[in-house]
Amino acid sequence: MWSAATLLPLPVLVPLFAAGLTLALHRHPRAQRVIAVTALAVVVATAAVLVGLADRGPVVAVIGDWQVPVGIDLVADRLSALMLLVSGVVLLCVLLYSMAQGGADGSDDVEVVGDGDRATDAAGDADLAERRDVLPVAIFHPTFLVLAAGVANAFLAGDLFNLYVGFEILLAASYVLLTLGGTGDRIRAGSVYVVVALVSSVVFLMAVGLAYSATGTVNLAQLAERLPDVDPAVRLGIQLLLLLGFGIKAAIFPLSAWLPDSYPTAPAPVTAVFAGLLTKVGVYAVIRTQTLLFPAGGAGNGRVDEVLMVLALLTMLVGILGAVAQDDIKRLLSFTLVSHIGYMIFGVALAGSASTAAAIFYVVHHITVQTALFLVVGLIERRGGTTSLDRLGGLARVAPGLAILFFVPAMNLAGIPPLSGFLGKVGLLEAGVRNGSGLAWVLVAGSVLTSLLTLYALVKAWNKAFWQEAPPEVVASSARVPLGMALPAAALVGVGLALTVFAGPIYGYAQRAADSLTDGHTYQQAVRDDGGLPPGDDVAGADE
Amino acid sequence: MVVLDNVPSFALVLAVGVLFATGVYLLLERSLTRVLLGFVLVGNGANLALLVAGGRAGAAPILGAADPAVQISDPLAQAMVLTSIVITLALTAFVLAMAYRSWQLNGHDEVQDDDEDRRIARLAARNEAVWTDVDAAETGETLDEEAAEVHDDIEESLATSAPAASAAGEASAGAAGAAEGGDRP
Repeated sequence: MWSAATLLPLPVLVPLFAAGLTLALHRHPRAQRVIAVTALAVVVATAAVLVGLADRGPVVAVIGDWQVPVGIDLVADRLSALMLLVSGVVLLCVLLYSMAQGGADGSDDVEVVGDGDRATDAAGDADLAERRDVLPVAIFHPTFLVLAAGVANAFLAGDLFNLYVGFEILLAASYVLLTLGGTGDRIRAGSVYVVVALVSSVVFLMAVGLAYSATGTVNLAQLAERLPDVDPAVRLGIQLLLLLGFGIKAAIFPLSAWLPDSYPTAPAPVTAVFAGLLTKVGVYAVIRTQTLLFPAGGAGNGRVDEVLMVLALLTMLVGILGAVAQDDIKRLLSFTLVSHIGYMIFGVALAGSASTAAAIFYVVHHITVQTALFLVVGLIERRGGTTSLDRLGGLARVAPGLAILFFVPAMNLAGIPPLSGFLGKVGLLEAGVRNGSGLAWVLVAGSVLTSLLTLYALVKAWNKAFWQEAPPEVVASSARVPLGMALPAAALVGVGLALTVFAGPIYGYAQRAADSLTDGHTYQQAVRDDGGLPPGDDVAGADE
Repeated sequence: MVVLDNVPSFALVLAVGVLFATGVYLLLERSLTRVLLGFVLVGNGANLALLVAGGRAGAAPILGAADPAVQISDPLAQAMVLTSIVITLALTAFVLAMAYRSWQLNGHDEVQDDDEDRRIARLAARNEAVWTDVDAAETGETLDEEAAEVHDDIEESLATSAPAASAAGEASAGAAGAAEGGDRP
């Protein structure tokens, strides 16, 4: 029997199975590639269908026919489906890019170990050549697919514990990808990243435990029903623990110091996918829990929103000031990444339908644009031999195509009209102005300032990398950007532009997603109908 | 105590507290191995907390096998703990491998300072400014001085109506700054 629910497990299961297959086939790189690309293409196709289906109402799948309070359910509402689609497209592009990179480096087995390593200490060169042969780099594809499965699981999870498992899957994969090759630099950056992520996971797990002990359930829909009856102090505790856990993953200001340090050391495709997706999964979790479990108007919620607003402001400003001070383009972009997380948190903190819609649209825009930028920086690194802005130059003349590829997403990120970044920001500012509180006005001013500073930072990068007089190495360099790498990057830039062209329908979709999120009952109703959740149960499991 | 009604025993709660306290202390250490031990302790503390959340212990939660008079213990919490134990195990293995790799590479497994820290420390040791003017680095004069020069050049050229001196490229960029830069010296 076919039903829409049959589709739901696919985005998680297909990459997982493919990961197993590619691991088994590690001696056959070509088969690995075919499997990996097919798996992600299936994810994209499924997500596209889900986006359509979810527009009619949330799709719920109950795994193994265990009824909801005991069993696991996967839920795709508009927000989940949209995030799934965007992440699928981004993952596919990055996969194609990394394959071309592996091919361009002349060996199938060294896949991604190429560039980043060459940029590290020259001392390691001989060592590196020797190590390349013994490196288990065939793990790149399986790990990447596991990451895809984790991301999909996190987006589709219908209960808090499954969300935790989704996070762990994607984080475990990300640890491996970040330390790929085990060079000194990556181990150094990796230790910080891993330890911070471990701590955030423990915090999240404690929140799950607390929620379970307070309400007797970890199902999101059921939690939403029971949490209002919980003692406000306990509820606030759960909310803050969740926010703390997700805040570390999403890199919200005081918890963001790990990000600009760890991301840039990874290979270009890995950095791109991390920057695009991982923090956004955290943002997704914040949006999901804040709107569903702690809806606006709930007791004590206003206070947390104000804290979130202040944090959003600090994230924006501190992040972008960090970016302005950087002279390495990868680090610069990592700081802008932190800074722009602030916009999304701003949208969540305003806690209205319009602001949530703007935040969702901004997340979609930012995933695409930030990933595209990092991919292009990978190309710049390949062409110019470095990512240090002081040693780059003249690329506009040497590689005009590259200049266009960088310029479009850079302006998009800075929010130049009429690009999608501008539309998202306008939506946020409008919501902020309509909110009208003093703090909201400060945030509106802060966002505009951040936007200007982003433009400044990116123009600085542009001037130095593309217009500055070309250093002799760049002119003499015969490195060419392989077409196989340029095409996926160009495709993502194109997706970013498509977001602008089709901004109307997409924004409309985000608006409908936000409406059902802030309304809250759609989600619960769907889980109750399809998941067999007993209507209006009042038995708290923990009391039994 | 009312609060402890659903809790298997106070000892477990106490154990969670102790595990967290010692774990956090170890997490703050510099050595990766100690951090790992800290994570194991904290992780087990969280697992234990999940178990505590499941409520009082009872009969084995097997359908049909349990005596209906005795309440069964909560299987859901146990399933979750099982999952998170597996996750903790996997991550422990990974961090161990990473600590070993760090020891292979550096002869120790200490978490090192990040790039920014090292950069600032280097600058501080040499007592240098964090940011140097690119222009000043090239020509030895600051942007203000350069702008003033261009300003003078322009005035001179206006006076003699001769074309502006050499630096035609920089002149356009410098002229904008000349207004403010030129007045100061």
